[in-house]
Amino acid sequence: MTHQRRTSWILHAVLIVASLIVAFPILFALLKSTQIRSVVLSPSLIPGPAFLENVRNVFLNANLLIFMRNSFIVAIAVTVGKTLLSLMAGMALVYFRFPFKRFVFGMILLTLMIPVEVLIVPLFDVISLQPPGTWEEWWAWLQRPDRILFQPAEYGFGWANTYFAMIVPFLASATGTFLFRQHFMAIPRSLADASRIDGATPWQFLQRVLIPMSWNTIGALAVIEFVYVWNQYLWPKVIIRREELQVVQVGLNLIIGTGEGVEWGYVMAGAVLSLVPPLIVFMLLQEQFMRGFALSESK
Amino acid sequence: MKDNAAFTSRVLPWLLLLPSFIILLVFIYYPAIQAWVLSLHRSNLFLGTRRFVGFDNFTFMFTGTLSAKYIQVVVQTFAYGALVVGLGLGISVVLATLASQDIRGARIYRLLLIWPFALSPAVAGTIFLFMFNPDIGSVNEVLDALFGIKPRWLDTPYLAFSLVVIASVWKNLGYNIVFYLAALQNVPKELNEAAAIDGAGPIQRFFRITFPMLSPMTFFLLFTNLTFAFFESFGLIDIVTKGGPVGPEPFDAAGLTTTMIYQVTLDGFGGSGNTGIAAALGNIILLFTAIITVLQFRYGGRRVQYGDN
Repeated sequence: MTHQRRTSWILHAVLIVASLIVAFPILFALLKSTQIRSVVLSPSLIPGPAFLENVRNVFLNANLLIFMRNSFIVAIAVTVGKTLLSLMAGMALVYFRFPFKRFVFGMILLTLMIPVEVLIVPLFDVISLQPPGTWEEWWAWLQRPDRILFQPAEYGFGWANTYFAMIVPFLASATGTFLFRQHFMAIPRSLADASRIDGATPWQFLQRVLIPMSWNTIGALAVIEFVYVWNQYLWPKVIIRREELQVVQVGLNLIIGTGEGVEWGYVMAGAVLSLVPPLIVFMLLQEQFMRGFALSESK
Repeated sequence: MKDNAAFTSRVLPWLLLLPSFIILLVFIYYPAIQAWVLSLHRSNLFLGTRRFVGFDNFTFMFTGTLSAKYIQVVVQTFAYGALVVGLGLGISVVLATLASQDIRGARIYRLLLIWPFALSPAVAGTIFLFMFNPDIGSVNEVLDALFGIKPRWLDTPYLAFSLVVIASVWKNLGYNIVFYLAALQNVPKELNEAAAIDGAGPIQRFFRITFPMLSPMTFFLLFTNLTFAFFESFGLIDIVTKGGPVGPEPFDAAGLTTTMIYQVTLDGFGGSGNTGIAAALGNIILLFTAIITVLQFRYGGRRVQYGDN
């Protein structure tokens, strides 16, 4: 008994220390964001009275409000779009029979191997080059597949410095399609047959059966996508060069800026605030996330 | 292919797939082809033209005047990746196992360990940059007061490299522990209990039962953590060290924390206009990523993909 008590005591000690290490840098940032300017640069960890002032300053004077708004627009658009598109693709792959299905699924899955980051150089051209000026130019370009395939891109979307550049390329998801496909295949076939016999259209089946049965998968996917998009750094940094359109991850670095006189109190307040939205999404959907995951794991 | 095809329609499945298809075609497959096209061209910054040069960009990287730089970048990317994956997964699997024991407050410990799940590389970098700032950072203030030392964390080569590794491992802890905890829910309790009755100690049980049972998850996390090390770590590195500082011999050809993706952005967007080289290096990363993905699918079995792209 004493032996067991000692192990459990050690267990608690290890877990408490680990929890502290995991939390420490964030707590540090939180405490620093409450301190007045003269204390911020000292090692003091005593909470100060300046939290609201730092927040107001970083929000208004350092543009954090604008960065956060941009991140919200992009993250919500991508999360909703990705979930919708992969739900549709998953449904097509499971509930319909059509030629080249295996090939189509393979083509979608293959993109798992190609992270967007590795394509930034060509993607930058595709997004930022200007589209053809006239329909004639368009037509001439489309008629030359060798030019399209074997020569550097001549035309693009002209989307540099727009939300489109940060949203549209990310709307399809191999992960999401794969998840929904796995989930749908685990739903008994009899359900779909029953709906069809009852005269339900595929649309009604989706609405009344599939979506209500998929909340765990949708929740799990939403968490992953939202966090992924919210945390993106490299692509927005490259494609967005106007400060008023920049997202929060790159914006933080703009607040640090260059040279002397960094307002670290503001920066820490910004860092803490930027953690709040994904944390809320995670906490709200944590149950679905773990369940959606545990279920697909046990298959 | 196994399906539950209950509906018949010629058009509808294609309509449902069309949006995903267009996006993947235009923004993944077309740029992937363009990556190869660009890597076979060299651009002229002044004329704004591109000239076909065959595989010159590739041979230049590994045999040209700057080969030392590119080889160093590849080597240190793998060293960084191995450290981040090894340390990160090792620590996470132990902590997740401990937090899933039947002890009082286990739920609270689990929550305390996973809440920074959504931490971003950029925010992790920002906080570390401030904490370890050699002149005004709190870490040095404390070290100075206690031992009278002020290490130059950000510009001493090996210190900066270690700092980036530590920040990356820390950043990934919450993420890794979440997934290990989810997988641990599926390890049957009876197995551990039976082994305990047979006299297996906790450490033996961990290595003989828990860890092997978790191996599909370990494979999955190996993949996502390597993806992090290869790509997403960019934000952290960009903020903390900007790819520097230049290492001691023989690592003096490039910044010691310059990873391959960092070098790609330096070449592609750093003003030198080396898009050909950047695209070529990008393709080399793509090859590594493809190999790792194939390995993960082969040895990880048919597991759920939870990383994203």
